[in-house]
Amino acid sequence: MAKLVMTEDETMLADSARGFLDSEAPVKALRDLRDAGKTHDAALWNKMADMGWAGVLVPESAGGSDMGSAAANVLAHEMGKTLVVSPFLSTAVIAATALRQVSDARTEAALAKIATGDVTYALAVDEGTKFDPNAVQMTAKSDGNGFRLSGKKQFVVDGGLADRLLVLARTDNGLSLFDIPADRAGVTRDASNMIDDRDAARITFEDVEATGDDLLGTVDQAMDVLRPALQAGQAALAAEMSGLTAGAFGMTVGYLKERKQFGMEIGRFQALQHRAAHLWCEIEVTASAILHAGRMLDHDPENAALAVSLAKARATATAQLAVQEGVQMHGGIGMTDAFDMGFYMKRARVGAEWLGDYSYHAEQVAALRGF
Amino acid sequence: MSGNQTVEAFRAELRGWLEDNCPQEMRDGGMSEDAICWGGTQWTFSSSAQKDWLERAAAKGYTVPTWPVEYGGAGLNREEEKVFHEEMARINARSPLQSFGIWMLGPALLHFGTHEQKLHYLPPIARGEIRWCQGYSEPGAGSDLASVQTKGADQGDHWLVNGQKIWTSYADKADWIFALIRTDTDAPKHKGISFLLIDMNDAGVETRPIKMISGISPFCETFFSDVKVPKHQIVGEENRGWDVAKYLLTHEREMISGGGAGLSGGGRELGAILAESAGEDGLTDATLRADAMRCEIDALAIGLTLERYKDQSEAGQGAGDASAMLKYMGTELNKQRHELLMNAGGSDALEWDGPLGNRAGDWLRTKANSIEGGTSEVMLSIVSRRVLGLPG
Repeated sequence: MAKLVMTEDETMLADSARGFLDSEAPVKALRDLRDAGKTHDAALWNKMADMGWAGVLVPESAGGSDMGSAAANVLAHEMGKTLVVSPFLSTAVIAATALRQVSDARTEAALAKIATGDVTYALAVDEGTKFDPNAVQMTAKSDGNGFRLSGKKQFVVDGGLADRLLVLARTDNGLSLFDIPADRAGVTRDASNMIDDRDAARITFEDVEATGDDLLGTVDQAMDVLRPALQAGQAALAAEMSGLTAGAFGMTVGYLKERKQFGMEIGRFQALQHRAAHLWCEIEVTASAILHAGRMLDHDPENAALAVSLAKARATATAQLAVQEGVQMHGGIGMTDAFDMGFYMKRARVGAEWLGDYSYHAEQVAALRGF
Repeated sequence: MSGNQTVEAFRAELRGWLEDNCPQEMRDGGMSEDAICWGGTQWTFSSSAQKDWLERAAAKGYTVPTWPVEYGGAGLNREEEKVFHEEMARINARSPLQSFGIWMLGPALLHFGTHEQKLHYLPPIARGEIRWCQGYSEPGAGSDLASVQTKGADQGDHWLVNGQKIWTSYADKADWIFALIRTDTDAPKHKGISFLLIDMNDAGVETRPIKMISGISPFCETFFSDVKVPKHQIVGEENRGWDVAKYLLTHEREMISGGGAGLSGGGRELGAILAESAGEDGLTDATLRADAMRCEIDALAIGLTLERYKDQSEAGQGAGDASAMLKYMGTELNKQRHELLMNAGGSDALEWDGPLGNRAGDWLRTKANSIEGGTSEVMLSIVSRRVLGLPG
């Protein structure tokens, strides 16, 4: 098993990502985007693709850098620190991982387009308020050599901007995953006005035609393709949330050192010191779970389920603690829109729900640990 | 041979040695207070197997596998140490010996002691002949440990020690004590302390066990009245004992935190234990189950954190004040875990030596985890000051 230490390459990747993001995508970029009424910055995503980030999980044969999940997590963590808006998770992590489970000319071409930033994807799974792939009801009825898709999806992250959709639907004897263009006849996308100011959509499928070629992987066997993609996405989302946590925590500790009340810095008060110290302890413990998840996905993916759920559960709990403490310790200023802490709190809330909330992943852990 | 081949050759040799030398009775994974030998002149072996196991392990240096061979160890490197623990766990072997000499004085002597001191004190620890206890806390020096008042008056070739220690674990069963003694009463409190080694058989040393809420007496009060301590029985420099104490406290914190995080590795899974006591239907109490899941998630993540810090320190990346964090998180988790076990046990857990054995005693014992070796609040203050740089 690889060591739980950042490698030199990973540290360099983090440093170069930080340098780029500090100039191109500080928190102010999110604010400006929101104020302009937009949820996506295509120019920024193109620059990230030029840096090779879009191809981080694309095989070299398709023009990617194939750096692995740990590296993708490093990038996600850095993006999380300044709440960077991009389709990185849905396209470069989830879709790329799903596509590379299938080896043929079509997926090779799709992966090549992901690496260059020429195509974006969104994953459409949720139908209710909670993530639960096995409960999917949307149907894909056999129709000659193809299928007819009917049903509704919600919380499709990046579903408004995506060129293509990965859609999970129920076929005759199980679940199947379809890869279709987002503008296909019968697909209606309604933008969701999200609290984190990012792209998401409710999507209705009315008798949408899909051919056998649109099927990703084997019919009725969606999980063969989807499970690795979900795990890579959950781990990267955990990493993004740990970055978000680091960002919020850094602001909070900085504030404790400069804000004065009763004639002294509020960081002198033990009540606040101990809460900040406790939060740091939680952050350290969560960091281990995230590093471990990346290592498992890269070196022992068949057995990564426990590591991934552990990382997502811990990252969720820690991020929620960090933003709540962040607002409380900032006092009234933390409640204002002019201050950035609110952006962190709202993104933490969305990240907590996406790809499985704390309860979902706790149940996975319990099942794997024999409860 | 490549590094990997060397390690695998060691594994094969060790496996054979264990097969030949670890008595069957010692392969039950026993962890209770007297299952593992503590050594010392007062120790009564619970079986001849326990005695054989200690002697055979000590002869190979396996009671202290990472110590240098000349001081009674086996000189194992980190890879070999890992293999050693894996192979011991594979046959469910009890540890042949446990003691404060191994956990605490040994590391301090290896770091601060002279070659002569190491040769003199370490091999008897490794062989289980001499049992040590720790004399740190005093009635007036708990969290504020550096305010110790037990005095060592300079008498030329020796110090004359007078005062009282408290919470000295197993002082009544120990042969020697390592203690913090104030040898300069004028210096600032951290700078007048020396780390002295004292023979418990010396005239003027007296111990008195303290009965705890768990019903047992693992702690004592220890009194010193005009005890003569020769000048060579000091570790490190005179009045610089605080450096040694701090170094040792780090070890102690890591040891105590391991108690909580241990369940992620070799320990039994919390869910399994809870399910067993909940009955045949498993863990059906929804609230208890939710608490247990959270506890399990935290335990696994803390276990990974211990691993990460070991990997980091091996890679030359300092872990900083991580021991305070690990101590805090590990002990708080262990307390939670025992609260859950009490909940799961219901009224069966309310009897001393009842159907669930000593579950209540174990539960009460864990309450000391977040007090001994520096309270949780002291740990948080350390993190606040040294890691976060908050003014204080």
